[in-house]
Amino acid sequence: MDTGDTAWVLASCALVLFMTPGLAFFYGGMVRSKNMLGMLMQNFFSMGLISVLWVLVGFTLAFGPGSGLLGDLSLAGLKDITNADFGFAAPLTIPALAFVAFQMMFAVITPALITGATADRMKFAGWVAFLGAWSILVYSPVAHWVFSPHGWLFKLGALDFAGGTVVHINAGIAALVLVIVLGKRRGWPGEAMPPHALPWTLIGTGILWFGWFGFNAGSALGANATAASAFMATNTAAAAAMLGWLVAEKMKTGHATTLGGASGAVAGLVAITPCAGFVNPMASVAIGLVAGVLCFLCCQLKFRFGFDDSLDVIAVHLIGGITGSILLGVFASEAAGGLLAGAGASLLGKQFAAVGATLAYSGVVSFILAKIIDKTIGLRCTEDDEQRGLDLSQHAESAYAAGEFGSMGRIG
Amino acid sequence: MKLVTAIIKPFKVDDVKEALRALGVQGMTVSEVQGFGRQRGHTEVYRGAEYTVDFVPKVKVEVVTDDEDAGRIVDAIVTAARTDKIGDGKVWLTTVENIVRIRTGEMGHDAL
Repeated sequence: MDTGDTAWVLASCALVLFMTPGLAFFYGGMVRSKNMLGMLMQNFFSMGLISVLWVLVGFTLAFGPGSGLLGDLSLAGLKDITNADFGFAAPLTIPALAFVAFQMMFAVITPALITGATADRMKFAGWVAFLGAWSILVYSPVAHWVFSPHGWLFKLGALDFAGGTVVHINAGIAALVLVIVLGKRRGWPGEAMPPHALPWTLIGTGILWFGWFGFNAGSALGANATAASAFMATNTAAAAAMLGWLVAEKMKTGHATTLGGASGAVAGLVAITPCAGFVNPMASVAIGLVAGVLCFLCCQLKFRFGFDDSLDVIAVHLIGGITGSILLGVFASEAAGGLLAGAGASLLGKQFAAVGATLAYSGVVSFILAKIIDKTIGLRCTEDDEQRGLDLSQHAESAYAAGEFGSMGRIG
Repeated sequence: MKLVTAIIKPFKVDDVKEALRALGVQGMTVSEVQGFGRQRGHTEVYRGAEYTVDFVPKVKVEVVTDDEDAGRIVDAIVTAARTDKIGDGKVWLTTVENIVRIRTGEMGHDAL
């Protein structure tokens, strides 16, 4: 047990938790004002539901011994957790509960990423059902494959430092599937649906960037050189991606926008996530630039294919996650097996396998879940609710009702 | 000359705008307003307590026009903004004494 490592991982837990409200505001600023609370609530609620599910069964399904495909139930309810051995070659230098808590924050934010794609039209009850079921049936298994030493992709040797496959590709493909099941917003794409308050989006971006140091550098699971390297890679890639996105945007549309700067930074953070502890600072610049330009260009795809990915979750998280996971095979250090470092193409092949497996499993199971919930509870709110906005129709509140026309008579 | 004022449901603004454009209307003014008619307000919940909020968000559309076009403009707004549900709003006509185009100083019909 190492006190320095423990202190850093516990601090990182708090940093990663803070990303979920950050994400809520990042997305919230981009929706129309009548849907602000609906968006915030879908994200905040994940901190409630997933934290409890993680203690009950989520953690054991992800990190219990079990098979290569899924953990068993031996750690359900975190029973006897202090003596648990998660199977890492080098024993953890932090308390088991610090590891449980750190991984919990990842489980909380991953499904929350989906809410940007499905903005403005999801029924809250449908989201609650999807969130819980998806976390158990999709997040925990994929986390087991990649993050647990018992998982088949971990054993295969595919690398994912902090969640390119488990978090971003996983949520990104689920977002695409959900958008297809839900259908487009009423009026899209003909009607303009501009962001209602970009300052919220920029605050959210700042919180995400700040929290991402815990996400990536915390994934070293210790206060050490790997953490410092991941920290530097994270900041560098976010910065380079912001530049890449803004240059591409300026060339294509004539303006460098605040939303573009924010989106570019997040695209870079996504792409560096799988790579953070395995690449040097110059590789981070390259990965960030590629991700920034590529994700910007991919924002046009939804118009070509007619899927209403409202806040570009697919362009940023799915494409950014794939970009980072594949480029890791190219830019990883020699010790990690990177192509450019002269270690051959073996890692690159394994990265493709991990990306493909995540896309296939998450895509199929998310689709089945979405269809079942859509046919039973219902995933989409009524047309009337959509017109009134999610704030009033789903939660009976309004985000900006504080004016003199606000609350009047108390009922009963 | 007439001023046509319409209070409509917010999501009907585009339909009304297109209907007026189709009539050849040159300009209009829209504003976000709040109010109530027979629809009354709606309910909001804070800390478990329910409150009525009397005012419902609406959009006000204003168009100034020649007397002879006013009827067609009112008809177009009514057709475009109707959902047959309570809360569709109202349209009314007001007589306008004079209009001045600020840039040129033109007055009356020339300023329309």
